[in-house]
Amino acid sequence: MRNVWTICRRELYSYFVSPIAWVLLTVFAFLGGYFTYAASAFFVKDSLQSQMMGQSMPMNLNDRIIVPVLSNVAVIALFLLPLLAMRLFAEEKRQGTIELLVTSPVHDLEIILGKWLSAVLMYGALLLLILADFSFLFVYGNPDWKPVALGFVGLFLQGASILALCTFISTLTKNQIVAAAIGFALALILFVLSWATAFDSSGVAQVLSYISIVSHFDSFSRGVLDSKDFIFYLSMIFFGLFLTARSLESMRWRA
Amino acid sequence: MAVPYIHMIQVEGLTKRYARHIAVDNISFSVDKGEIVGFLGPNGAGKTTTMRVLTCFMPPSDGTATVAGYDVFKKPMEVKKRIGYLPEAPPVYPEMSVGAYLAFVGRLKGMTGPDLKRRVDEVSERCAVADVRNRLISKLSKGYRQRVGLAQAIIHNPEVLILDEPTSGLDPKQINETRELIKNLAGEHTIILSTHILPEVEAICQKIVIINKGHIVATDSVENLTHRMRGSDAISLELETDGIAGQSDVQQRLESLSGVSKVLFKHATDHKLTFEVESLPGHSARADVARSVVNAGWNLFEMKSLSYSLEEVFLQLTGGMPDGGQQ
Ligand SMILES: Nc1ncnc2c1ncn2[C@@H]1O[C@H](COP(=O)(O)OP(=O)(O)O)[C@@H](O)[C@H]1O
Ligand SMILES: [Mg+2]
Repeated sequence: MRNVWTICRRELYSYFVSPIAWVLLTVFAFLGGYFTYAASAFFVKDSLQSQMMGQSMPMNLNDRIIVPVLSNVAVIALFLLPLLAMRLFAEEKRQGTIELLVTSPVHDLEIILGKWLSAVLMYGALLLLILADFSFLFVYGNPDWKPVALGFVGLFLQGASILALCTFISTLTKNQIVAAAIGFALALILFVLSWATAFDSSGVAQVLSYISIVSHFDSFSRGVLDSKDFIFYLSMIFFGLFLTARSLESMRWRA
Repeated sequence: MAVPYIHMIQVEGLTKRYARHIAVDNISFSVDKGEIVGFLGPNGAGKTTTMRVLTCFMPPSDGTATVAGYDVFKKPMEVKKRIGYLPEAPPVYPEMSVGAYLAFVGRLKGMTGPDLKRRVDEVSERCAVADVRNRLISKLSKGYRQRVGLAQAIIHNPEVLILDEPTSGLDPKQINETRELIKNLAGEHTIILSTHILPEVEAICQKIVIINKGHIVATDSVENLTHRMRGSDAISLELETDGIAGQSDVQQRLESLSGVSKVLFKHATDHKLTFEVESLPGHSARADVARSVVNAGWNLFEMKSLSYSLEEVFLQLTGGMPDGGQQ
């Protein structure tokens, strides 16, 4: 466990001295702020209108602001996360530092967990920015906190699964850009798969939609904790890290 | 808990196959505690491959290798704890400072707290990188980077050091510094270093393992190997006669000495004649030769022992010149 932290800490250090962390933080701060602002402005306009028209239907902050913003963030995260994971192994292979890691008295699993964890923590920091955007909703409004909390849990799990898959992708090449491109392609496929049931409700479409990581996020953002979705994310994480371990092992046999 | 062992490193029947060809083919050798062994061979000989098996970077296809009695395949953790490894390119993170990097490696090797801090200080001094402790590795010269690489290899004070071409790509001054450093590390560690530069082995190592195309061509001490090649003692002799005796007279006189097996005339410059004199196996005819030349009233200018240079050894053993010099 100490080794996991040793490796994770070094990765975090590298994130913060590279531009990528700062670029992502900026993009998240900007987009998160913009989405929240736009949704709120729209909400305010709508509620003024309905007041003027004499309707006193209470408008729901959760449905009108939080759910759409979180759904947007989920899609953005899907496409930005390959940028966080791309260097995890590709860069070690390019620099030759992988030889240091693999010949040190640490287990492969510790290396993998340390690296994945560092990316997950970075992603956690990005989510905190979004949470900060929501803080004023709690100050001036009275949204239901439970779906917000679950929405963040869902976002976090979705990101952790994508990062696990992208960690695997990073073991396949020495080139970060290639790793990012493959990760991006994967994100695109997962995203498109989530539409599968829109055109077709056959069994195949259902399966495709099930595989799509994004579709499992919806229930979380609505404040419903479906253990099926929870288990889905956990198995995705497991699957991604398992592939990473196998890839690392086969790299050594071939090396 | 240590296991009993005879040799610090023992390689038996080691074979490594890649997809298409065999990089290392059934090699065996051993290294004793405290020895510095030079692993000499041209590019593509299989040096790096062998080292990667010894450091548990990759498993052997066949055969076994043990370090301090532990099998690299069955007990990799025990082996890794005891090995310091400097790959061909120093495994450094350019974005880290030297100090932070060494501390990271120390932690990876299982060190903590004050012990770690003390060792980082020690190895920085030892490898002459203390003055750049706070510098980013990306800003260092190649020589410094190599020394940082050596520092990380010894940080946990491993019993065995494995250095893959530790001087490649350095300028002559840096090469000397690195060699001195390695020689200073001897004694405390058992060292295997690989090189395709022949004088390097002569400069640093006691024992030499010559490898070519995945096969071991020779294993011996540097001295023995050059001797074995010639089979007997040989000297080069330069002298000046009284002007009466010619080349054939000298040759006859020398050949008549007991203990001399062969006399070869090499060349004449001015009045000086140069011969190569070979002793009978197990004899050294040097004293007799010198006495005989002086007794004849000739002037003895030079007498030196002829041993093969490693280049010649290599040529003879592998039937081809090593392509030294290039990476
Ligand atoms: N990963 C690899 N895949 C396939 N062949 C390899 C690989 N690494 C090395 N080789 C081949 O194995 C042989 C030995 O290589 P190596 O051990 O690197 O030699 P050296 O270090 O003595 O120059 C070479 O012919 C090389 O091309
Ligand atoms: Mg090599």
